[in-house]
Amino acid sequence: MDLQKIQTIASKELRDALKNRWFILFTLAFAGLSLALSALSQPSGTQLELASYSKTAASLINLVLLFIPLIGLTLGTSGLASDRETGALAYLLAQPVNHAEVLLGKYIGMAVALIASLILGFGVSGLALSMQGQSGDFAGYLFTVMLACLLALAMLSVGFLLAVIIKKTSTALTGGLFTWLLLVFVGDLGIMGAAIVTEMPIQTIFWLSSINPLQMFKMASILNIQANLEVLGPVGMYATEQYGAALLPFLLLGLLLWIVIPMGIALSIFSQRNLITLKRRPA
Amino acid sequence: MITARQISKYYGKVTALDSVSFSIEAGETLALWGANGAGKTTAIRCLLGVHSFEGSLIVDSIDVQKNGKAARKKIGYVPQEMAFFDMSVYDTLQFYARLKKVKETEIASALETVQLVGHNDKAVSALSGGMKQRLALAIALLANPPILLLDEPTASLDAEAQREFVQLIRDLNQAGKTIIFSSHRFEEVAALAQRVLVLEGGKLKTLCTPEELASELGLHQWLRVVIADAHRENARELLQNQGYQHIPNGTAIFVNIETNSKMDILRLFENVQIPVVDFDVTDAYALPQGGAS
Repeated sequence: MDLQKIQTIASKELRDALKNRWFILFTLAFAGLSLALSALSQPSGTQLELASYSKTAASLINLVLLFIPLIGLTLGTSGLASDRETGALAYLLAQPVNHAEVLLGKYIGMAVALIASLILGFGVSGLALSMQGQSGDFAGYLFTVMLACLLALAMLSVGFLLAVIIKKTSTALTGGLFTWLLLVFVGDLGIMGAAIVTEMPIQTIFWLSSINPLQMFKMASILNIQANLEVLGPVGMYATEQYGAALLPFLLLGLLLWIVIPMGIALSIFSQRNLITLKRRPA
Repeated sequence: MITARQISKYYGKVTALDSVSFSIEAGETLALWGANGAGKTTAIRCLLGVHSFEGSLIVDSIDVQKNGKAARKKIGYVPQEMAFFDMSVYDTLQFYARLKKVKETEIASALETVQLVGHNDKAVSALSGGMKQRLALAIALLANPPILLLDEPTASLDAEAQREFVQLIRDLNQAGKTIIFSSHRFEEVAALAQRVLVLEGGKLKTLCTPEELASELGLHQWLRVVIADAHRENARELLQNQGYQHIPNGTAIFVNIETNSKMDILRLFENVQIPVVDFDVTDAYALPQGGAS
């Protein structure tokens, strides 16, 4: 593995992402919404003032849950699949590089762009709060940012896996959007529905929820802010009582696995050389 | 330089290459000839090491199966369909130069070789087909590889760009590069190749010279003979009587001949004392403009 080649590909991907209109739009929307949320999270009163770091972080959790998976999945699927469809990926692979260098280079470039976008979004709120002289748990705020970054990387990995499996850009993007719907809405509601219908034991509900990286992020973020999951109801209380201090490391490990496993599978499939075909003019 | 032994490639139940063996000497130009589906592209993919295959393929002492990346260092590849990223000409060359670990000073030299100097800041998407082809060749030449691999290099170019590109490849071959190219166009094969690897249904049909291929395909060349005004009508009458298809064109007559049989015509004129002012054989194996007699 040649790190210089990975860096070259990553730099190109970063430049591409920063030129991408949709990515710029997302970054601006996320920054604007996070700033608005920090303003709306103010405790009371008529005078507009910004809320504390903790309250802003709590408000941002829902924004992250909605936005980050969407942009991570679409960036991951479209970036790789479109290069494959145009033939640019095959041409790149015909150079003295190996498949792993190309895939990792692309992943790192997109990951840096995604994290920069998140930091900008959270940074705007953080800066506004600090200018208002807000005190409070700044370290906790930073921890939420770190969790959001982990979730973004996990979604990017899933996006890459989809792009490696699905050859057509449009189908890969549809797959990304379907996965987003599944993780954001269907997964949550599905477990709730199944729990009611089948009278599922509470530990099963907890474990099923824990499979979803979005739920992992949500639980870890809440634990970071208030040290227990009571706000999540009986399942949260069960998890807090049962696993105590081990819960946060467990959730962090889960998020890390969501980064490593899909990307590992993507690398393994992508390295099967016959997958990429050289672009030819139609006969 | 390249030795292929019993190369086979299967896509499921489809046999794309079936025990193909050949070797290419350093400095040689080899054409891959065959209809669509004959196995030309598969052979190119195997040479690049981007596809797995059965058999053994050695490129400049490197086993492609074991170390495709190292083999690709020895090969400059020009694809049929240009697929560049959305960058300027210079940024594109800089990107591939970094991937090939070539000093940026080599970019200027590559641009000069392919006559693209002055187009540095142009977006690749704004280049014509011929210029894109030249850019791909510049990228291929960046690391000064001993082998150039070209997939239907002039398929999407107009006639003028085709001639220029063929000349460029010929110059590179004379400079010592080993060249392998696939083509559908016989005039390109005749102009460039020393040998032709003819593939049919994934099998090696024959390895021959372009002239042998032309003969097998029943192809003809056009001999352009310049005849003085006073003798031109006699010359045409003679050709007519001998059954040669010919086309008058200004001071010249184009005569349709079998490959490498130009001396037959020249002797014919000599025997009846018709002076030939000048002659040449067209590279194009196509009918020149005008009506045939």
